[in-house]
Amino acid sequence: MTALSALLARDLRLAVRVGGGALIGVLFFLIVVTLVPFAIGPDLALLARIGPAILWLGALLASLLALDRLLAMDQEDGSLDLILTARVPLELAVAAKALAHWLTTGVPLIIAAPLLGLLLNLDPKATAAVALTLLAGTPALTFTGLIGAALTVALRRGGLLLVILVLPLTVPVLIFGVAASNAAIIGPVPFGTPFSILCALTLISLVIGPLAAAIALRQGLD
Amino acid sequence: MSLIELANPSRFLALTGRALPWLLAATVLAFAFGISQIYFAPDDYQQGATVKIMFIHVPAAWLGVFAWVLMSVAALGTLVWRHPLADVAAKAAAPIGAAFTLMCLVTGSLWGRPMWGTYWVWDARLTSVLVLFLMYLGVIALWRTIDDPAQAARAAAVLTLVGAINIPIIKFSVDWWNTLHQPASVLRLGGSTIHPAILDPLIVMAVAFTLLFLTLHLAAMRNEIMRRRVRTLMMLQAGARVRP
Repeated sequence: MTALSALLARDLRLAVRVGGGALIGVLFFLIVVTLVPFAIGPDLALLARIGPAILWLGALLASLLALDRLLAMDQEDGSLDLILTARVPLELAVAAKALAHWLTTGVPLIIAAPLLGLLLNLDPKATAAVALTLLAGTPALTFTGLIGAALTVALRRGGLLLVILVLPLTVPVLIFGVAASNAAIIGPVPFGTPFSILCALTLISLVIGPLAAAIALRQGLD
Repeated sequence: MSLIELANPSRFLALTGRALPWLLAATVLAFAFGISQIYFAPDDYQQGATVKIMFIHVPAAWLGVFAWVLMSVAALGTLVWRHPLADVAAKAAAPIGAAFTLMCLVTGSLWGRPMWGTYWVWDARLTSVLVLFLMYLGVIALWRTIDDPAQAARAAAVLTLVGAINIPIIKFSVDWWNTLHQPASVLRLGGSTIHPAILDPLIVMAVAFTLLFLTLHLAAMRNEIMRRRVRTLMMLQAGARVRP
């Protein structure tokens, strides 16, 4: 087993075992989606119209809040120092951690989205569009959040600062995610246009995220 | 006088101490000249005298963006060239850039109400400048949260470079998207499209604002250097108290 796959397996096992990460994110997603109809009233037509936006906002907030667990836990017990001094390139190591984080935090959100779409009176076409855009966009949220997590890893109560730092960088993902969902439902723009840009944003974050996070970790922990 | 000779903080303090009064005088003169130019500039045939908000709004926008570019260069100075005063420059520039960006947003909003009928619209230019303002606040928060100035400098440098992607987005947002904000009329291929009667006061005000930025920035850098010296002295004093 190579070092990277061992790191990935370790993170997957930890996230599932410790019991917090995956399900707390989905729970927060559920709470946000439940709160919105309380705030704006039960008008089903209105909820169906802004449903994709509510789902995307809930997924974004749940992703951001779960970012705390990405690097901070390893920094606390010293595993991060071992990862820093290992022979595996640091960029690949943090990319593996981010991948594990997305698999255990992002994918449950994608699976929960269709169920929550029922609460918002979304029809199957809208639900499918939202799920597909979430699938394409949540990796961007995780890998961009990786940068913020690396910058604030040594801070003890850096949770909210992490969200503040990452939020402006995730705004394009949110914009194009909702644009793609709405394009599939109402048009007039073809679905492919914003969806391609969303995929491009994810691909860019897959490169820039680990690079910037590795630089931040090297600078921040010595 | 090369950049590396200025790297000595004491040298820098001495030089800027001598230069700042002159810079301040130049700033005041430039503003006086600029305001007189504004007074004699003609009214717009459509907007009337309201067009003169442009003489504050546009330079403030230019400087808000310029400050982030300066911070990005300083970030490279910290991470790549290890220039000793690069992080001081970055830390000093952040609140000034944030203030200019806020001024741009507020004056633009006040200008939009009579002209567009709304204080705010979520078009590409306004949204990207608002995101820039949020990123300024994020960098300032990061500076203040990490205790050790050197470590804070490196973290802020990485964040500044990552956020620099927003700068071309701001500049080209009016070309790439259909925006309510007007397209580029000064810095564009094919030359400016503004009449010299309005363009000249605009350039004068831009120079005045730039001198203001320079003055404030150098003064803030001096303050930051002295703040760090005070911090070191306090730490030494605390250490001396512990040891008998």
